Amino acid sequence: MEMLKALLGWVDARFPATKLWEEHLSKYYAPKNFNFWYFFGSLALLVLVIQVVTGIFLTMHYKPDATLAFASVEYIMRDVNWGWLIRYMHSTGASAFFVVVYLHMFRGLMYGSFKKPRELIWIFGMFIFLALMAEAFMGYLLPWGQMSYWGAQVIVNLFGAIPVVGEDLSIWIRGDYVISDATLNRFFAFHVAAVPLVIIGLVVAHIIALHEVGSNNPDGVEIKKNKNADGIPLDGIPFHPYYSVKDIVGVVVFLMFFAAVMFFAPEMGGYFLEHANFVPADPLKTPEHIAPVWYFTPFYTMLRAVPDPFLGVVAMGAGVVVLAFLPWLDQNPIKSVRYRSALHKLNLGLFVVVFVYLGYLGVKAPEPVLSELGLRFSEVYFVFFYVLWFHSKTRDAKFSYMSLIIWMALFSLNDFARHVEGAGELIMMGWFIPGIYLAVMFLAPLYTNLNAEKAVPERVTG
Amino acid sequence: MKKTILAILMVLPTLAMAAGGAYTEKVDYDLHNKESLQNGAKLFVNYCLSCHSAAYQRYNRMGDDLGLTDAQVKANLMFAADKVGETMTVALQTEDAKKMFGTKVPDLSVVSRARGADWLYTYLRTFYKDDSRPFGVNNVTFADVGMPHVLWELEGMKKLVNADEMKAHPGTAPKFEKISEGKMSAAEYDSAMRDLTAFMVYMGEPAKLVRYELGIWVILFLVILFLVAYPMKKEFWKDIH
Repeated sequence: MEMLKALLGWVDARFPATKLWEEHLSKYYAPKNFNFWYFFGSLALLVLVIQVVTGIFLTMHYKPDATLAFASVEYIMRDVNWGWLIRYMHSTGASAFFVVVYLHMFRGLMYGSFKKPRELIWIFGMFIFLALMAEAFMGYLLPWGQMSYWGAQVIVNLFGAIPVVGEDLSIWIRGDYVISDATLNRFFAFHVAAVPLVIIGLVVAHIIALHEVGSNNPDGVEIKKNKNADGIPLDGIPFHPYYSVKDIVGVVVFLMFFAAVMFFAPEMGGYFLEHANFVPADPLKTPEHIAPVWYFTPFYTMLRAVPDPFLGVVAMGAGVVVLAFLPWLDQNPIKSVRYRSALHKLNLGLFVVVFVYLGYLGVKAPEPVLSELGLRFSEVYFVFFYVLWFHSKTRDAKFSYMSLIIWMALFSLNDFARHVEGAGELIMMGWFIPGIYLAVMFLAPLYTNLNAEKAVPERVTG
Repeated sequence: MKKTILAILMVLPTLAMAAGGAYTEKVDYDLHNKESLQNGAKLFVNYCLSCHSAAYQRYNRMGDDLGLTDAQVKANLMFAADKVGETMTVALQTEDAKKMFGTKVPDLSVVSRARGADWLYTYLRTFYKDDSRPFGVNNVTFADVGMPHVLWELEGMKKLVNADEMKAHPGTAPKFEKISEGKMSAAEYDSAMRDLTAFMVYMGEPAKLVRYELGIWVILFLVILFLVAYPMKKEFWKDIH
């Protein structure tokens, strides 16, 4: 024991081991009222570790070569000891990452965790989300199945829709005129080295920024405003041991779900591993239905909702990027949904429904009715952000009606522009989706007390 | 490039419609039934492996998983390889296959994962006489397939009697009439095809034989871990609030 203490003293004189431990764990004071939603940050970190470790083992047997890649994955599944387990951990981990990250982001949205002074945490998080999407997209090419190939073909072709430079840009990304061995090699390099490095760096920045300002909590109360004589927040408890032991429980429960998928349904009915991806990539044979993996489908629906390819790409990109501006869109001083109005709760609930439904539409073939719904729900998705800003403070009748009229006019103009013979009825029916949404969100505060907010307590509750 | 994207986006719905409404029958197979898998393996190496490869499946791995010794595998199931450690490849060259069948012959290692067991089972049982086709047979499940009915000596030959009805109502079950008898009765043939399907499901993912059982143990372990972790959390947290 004495020896260990001496060793620690020796290290501390040269490296801030004890200081780091205390700052980030044993003396990092987190609010004592974290609820269920606060598990997903630590779970995201867990999945990152799972992905990195299983990924390293997969690269020991995987061959990034167009003629060998598909076979090397099957080699891992059959001839490598426990290879199937490592591969399923990695493929299940990819989907689990998005499940956890979407829930983590929704937590931030609910409790206003992106609001001042945590804007940078949110921005770093958005960069992590972007990097994660790139990581997942490039990783999906590696098994070199039909969906790998054609999914990558469709997505890289999207860059071709950018005016002037698009064509050259997509060739530059592929390193060839079609997805080929050159593409596979560079995607492999990005997937196993470049992007993971970026993600890990961003995660470190995310956590440093968090520990600088301190964690938000379900009440949206700043615990640093109430400190005791020693400068310790009254509602704060040291992360270690309190949240380390709590997060272990979260990890165990999460792993139960993870193991259930991994062992009993690794394909998840074709949503985690698509059936067509068990056919080797064939540049001459387009699969019947090219659907991206589930976690991209909400944004894929936004892409398909716009007929013009370039504007579609812009819409899809905007669907992701708009989230980064949340700290400046939702300016309501009340952070937590608990003390926001009933109307805001409804708005958040609808946003979840819209996002999930956009995801559902993204795996479906675009039949006319579904396409119309895709457009309408995309419209609601985007206006949601305006409504957030609109609900930041009390608006007068003039401003409310102006907002309603301008947005409805914008939809209607678009509807006139895209109207073709025979589609009128469908367009008219669809019009009511954003129409009713906007009317409720803009006018309810004027005529009901649905927009009444509650007083935020001084200290955290429960 | 814009045109390519547009074309892909526009073609998608029609292709998806073409995929829908296909008739398949549910197959009730049992991966724990070693006899069934062995019978399937025998059918596979005798009838499929002449043209189709299963290039990711090793003979000795199959032996291990199906409860056969290397000697048994060599004597009964290995006609196209010298060593039991080899994979199930075929001598048929791609170029020759293109001349013979008009297409390359797909490898069958993971076909059960791409197509699904029900599809395979239905496909193997829906060949019918069609003189307009090069080999004189067609298939309900895979229209105008380039494959001859290699199992005809077992099943015999049959003709499709409700083609018009099937065309009018996609998804209608096909009705057949026997034209010539094979070595097996209809029930025997169905059972044989069930075994062959089971074998191909096994071959698509050999880990399937072990992962369910292992999964139960892993989850049981996690339950025990939970029974430790949760009281520990409670103990630490009892002085908070």
